[in-house]
Amino acid sequence: MILGLDVGGTHTDVVFLSRKGVQKHVKVPTQPDNLFKSVLSGFTLILENVDPGRIERVVISTTLTTNAIVQQTVTPVGMIVSAGPGIDPQSFRTGDHYYAVGGSINHRGREIEPINEMEIKAVGETLKKAGIEYVGVVSKFCVRNPSHEILIKRILNKQFKQIFLGHHVSGNLNFPRRIATTHMNAAVYPLHKDFFQAVEQSLEEMGLTVPIQILKADGGTMTLGASMAFPAQTVLSGPAASIMGAIPYAPEGQDAVVLDIGGTTTDIAFLVDKTPLLEPVGIQRGGYRSLIRSLRTDSKGIGGDSALRVNEKSELMVGPDRIGPAMAFGGPVPTPTDALVVLGLMEAGDQDRARQGIKSIADQLGMEEKQAAEHIFKICCNIILKKTFEMIDTLNAKPVYTVHDFLEGYKFSPDTILLMGGPARFFAEKIQDMYQLETIAVPYASVANAIGAALARTTCEVTVNADTEQGVVTAHEEDFAEPVSKSFSREDLEETAYSLLKDKAENAGADPDNLNEVEVVEFQEFNIVRNFSPRGKILRTKIQLKPGLIHGYESMLNQQAQGN
Amino acid sequence: MGMNQCLTSRRKEIKGDTMLNASHKTGLVFFPAFDWAIDSTHPEREERLLYTQDQVSEEGVFDIPGIIEYKPEIVTPKDLQRAHFCVPDEHTVTTESHHLISAGGAKAIANAVMLKEVKNGFALVRPPGHHAMRVTHGGRGFCHINVEAVMVEYIRSQFGVKRIAIIDTDCHHGDGTNDIFWHDPDVLFISLHQDGRTLYPGTGFPGELGGPNAKGSNLNIPLPPGTSTKGYLYVIENCVLPVLEAFKPDLVVNSAGQDNHYTDPLTNMNFSAQGYARLTAMLKPDIAVLEGGYAIEGALPYVNLGIILAMAGIDYSGVVEPDYNPEKLKQSVSVTDKIKKVCDQIMTYWGQRYEMREAAGEPGQIIIRHREVFYDTDNIFDRQKEKIRVCRDCGGSFEVDSKAVPGHHVLGVHIPINACKACREQGYEFYEQADKTRYQRIYLQDRTTDLYEIKQ
Ligand SMILES: [Zn+2]
Ligand SMILES: [Zn+2]
Ligand SMILES: [Zn+2]
Repeated sequence: MILGLDVGGTHTDVVFLSRKGVQKHVKVPTQPDNLFKSVLSGFTLILENVDPGRIERVVISTTLTTNAIVQQTVTPVGMIVSAGPGIDPQSFRTGDHYYAVGGSINHRGREIEPINEMEIKAVGETLKKAGIEYVGVVSKFCVRNPSHEILIKRILNKQFKQIFLGHHVSGNLNFPRRIATTHMNAAVYPLHKDFFQAVEQSLEEMGLTVPIQILKADGGTMTLGASMAFPAQTVLSGPAASIMGAIPYAPEGQDAVVLDIGGTTTDIAFLVDKTPLLEPVGIQRGGYRSLIRSLRTDSKGIGGDSALRVNEKSELMVGPDRIGPAMAFGGPVPTPTDALVVLGLMEAGDQDRARQGIKSIADQLGMEEKQAAEHIFKICCNIILKKTFEMIDTLNAKPVYTVHDFLEGYKFSPDTILLMGGPARFFAEKIQDMYQLETIAVPYASVANAIGAALARTTCEVTVNADTEQGVVTAHEEDFAEPVSKSFSREDLEETAYSLLKDKAENAGADPDNLNEVEVVEFQEFNIVRNFSPRGKILRTKIQLKPGLIHGYESMLNQQAQGN
Repeated sequence: MGMNQCLTSRRKEIKGDTMLNASHKTGLVFFPAFDWAIDSTHPEREERLLYTQDQVSEEGVFDIPGIIEYKPEIVTPKDLQRAHFCVPDEHTVTTESHHLISAGGAKAIANAVMLKEVKNGFALVRPPGHHAMRVTHGGRGFCHINVEAVMVEYIRSQFGVKRIAIIDTDCHHGDGTNDIFWHDPDVLFISLHQDGRTLYPGTGFPGELGGPNAKGSNLNIPLPPGTSTKGYLYVIENCVLPVLEAFKPDLVVNSAGQDNHYTDPLTNMNFSAQGYARLTAMLKPDIAVLEGGYAIEGALPYVNLGIILAMAGIDYSGVVEPDYNPEKLKQSVSVTDKIKKVCDQIMTYWGQRYEMREAAGEPGQIIIRHREVFYDTDNIFDRQKEKIRVCRDCGGSFEVDSKAVPGHHVLGVHIPINACKACREQGYEFYEQADKTRYQRIYLQDRTTDLYEIKQ
């Protein structure tokens, strides 16, 4: 038995799943200023008449960190950044307490300039005086050699509550993103810790003693314990929950698009053979770029509540803003939802008010009421699909770095569209008609996000580098480094990577049954040659436990859906 | 999802005026061909751009607003046929597709620049191309096809651009590009390189000024070993920029070789990352294409970063090699003197270009040139005999009789893109009168109609 809970902007959804499918689902309003209460009332309701001892797994997805960032209620963080040659590190300033210090490491991980202890101590004192309790330390190329970050932490350790190091957030190269990610980690840490410790305690009081799993932006889970080292991974877990909830209905061995049509935005994501695609480097939203592993999603400012207008050229404009709910539900301006009501697709709501709203648009467009409603509906489908195809073009235009990938690179080409969100079922038929692509409205659309959270399995990634000229194999993100001989091979590297991944996954709470979904994301091998003679090899790999659903539940969900 | 806007606006607020931003849009193609090498210990091998990629990735260059990464395209035989006579055919010369993707990288940047998606662009591609000549029987100086020439001919045909300048700052004489535009008065080719008496390919002396119809539109500036940043920038300021000013190109291309770096294993120069960035900022190329550069660990990561930032109009003052010591790299007084002298000589030639063309022959006259070309990479020896029609109205049609050992005996006829009526007729006369029994293949490259034809 599994519980999945997803805190959304307006509702908190909870599902109770067994191997027979959805046993129960509840929806409570989200109290944005008291998420703890929302989570608690969700759990209290779902556990009515359920023996908590039968629950084997609990997964929670919240907007806690996302909200804190949006509302700027995060904790102030001191950042210490050591850059060396390159772009001016002041360009990556995270806030007032940001200090660029000396010291430098090059791309091979060799020390170019040492850390100046006096300088670090002085920065530490300044931060102390400013009342800073949490610190992030990032050095350029720390993923090749983290010794400067470790040294800085050692110098400052006793003076701060917690110090976060850049090389722990990712094995990927990207100094500015590493700074932003380390900063965010430290900034949301106290909030995340207090919140989940309170949740854990309350669940224990209800008799739920299984370890809590938390959903990440990459659609995977981690244990509460594991989340403390990297709480920023919970940012944007909401869209991830929905995408994971679509997987049971995705076609096997084919490409599919997931569209989650909400009130004001539509989220767009991609599945290849039931596996969601990930952002190549990390979450990016507008100007914000991070190294947080994330499902590849984008959103378009259009949804059921988008405000409708007619511009001076007599063209229909949809959104991107929301002024209120649909007129059918007491709102001030007409919305796409009103069009659905007028077309008779949606039965709920005040018909007369919806017609009144659509009529005002129809008059400006010089159309009949029904005709205008139909026009609105088509335009909405158009906007959503246009954005989707643009994203697919971007996806397929992704640069490649080998002749092989250039010639054989995968082209994403969807056969199916999976629709989620409130108005999904009304759109399915229309989109299928307009675009001749099989379009499925996901069953249990209103709680699919909670189902996605409940069934998401543990994900993680390790990056391993070997440099036989320097005689080391390292995975600094995992605090791993070992000497190797000149004969260290691809097989040796893979073995090291698999064993590190297995440990990391088990630490994050993975079920040993689900450890077989390993994927080699990257492998590179280079001969190091100087003056025409070979000096050694560089071997690099990145492997992941890819996002997906835990075994044993999917087929029941499908059958149940057909029975519905 | 308020997250989008909020994260963005928050970011701006925090960063204030320190936020990194390109002053305009700059396109990049990065194609390191990580799975291809000439052979495993050859300088032109997989590892060459690895550390550059590491540096550029770690600096977050592709995240900078205004910098746009493009995927390379692949060039077609049609693209090659505008710049080359591939012997026996395109497929044989470019058996391996990396040549086509490397040139395709430059083509992708050209498209982005010409369609005004970006203001300028840099193709970081390998293998290089500037030693590949118009007649190409195989590999020369690591090059099979000329990336810049293929790109320039594509731009001329596709976008109708008339006047183009190619500034080759690779440490080796760009003899391939020089050969391809030898007779073309509308393409200004300037090569800065280490003196040919001290380095491959051993050519590129000031007196090599172009064919009779294009004298002075090819300028070769040999520099003494030990030339430092100061010397390079002196040539740019006192020679290249004034010539560009007078030539008024519609498009400036930089063959951005990086083997004049003070740590390059194949050359003897003292150029630096700061110098490359300054050079780029001064030259303001619309399109830069990577050529050579084999100090792959100590130089390329910094030089490439410097060039990218300079192209994007971003502060590059922090891009310095870890072991950079300008005192140690100072050029001697005699080097400074030699550089001044060669610049003066070049400016004199440039000033006399029209007189030199007048003196080269009478319009309608056919001038014959004999030459020999050695292919070091593929060990081919090519003996050529070229005939060109002297003309004041266009670049003049010519034919090249090329006999390669081992290899083929062929004849290539070229009619320039802006050919006058008389030269066009002359070109067809060359083609029609060619003795089929003497040649294995006879090619016609009629650029006026973008036609390429073969008789066997
Ligand atoms: Zn060179
Ligand atoms: Zn070269
Ligand atoms: Zn002519």
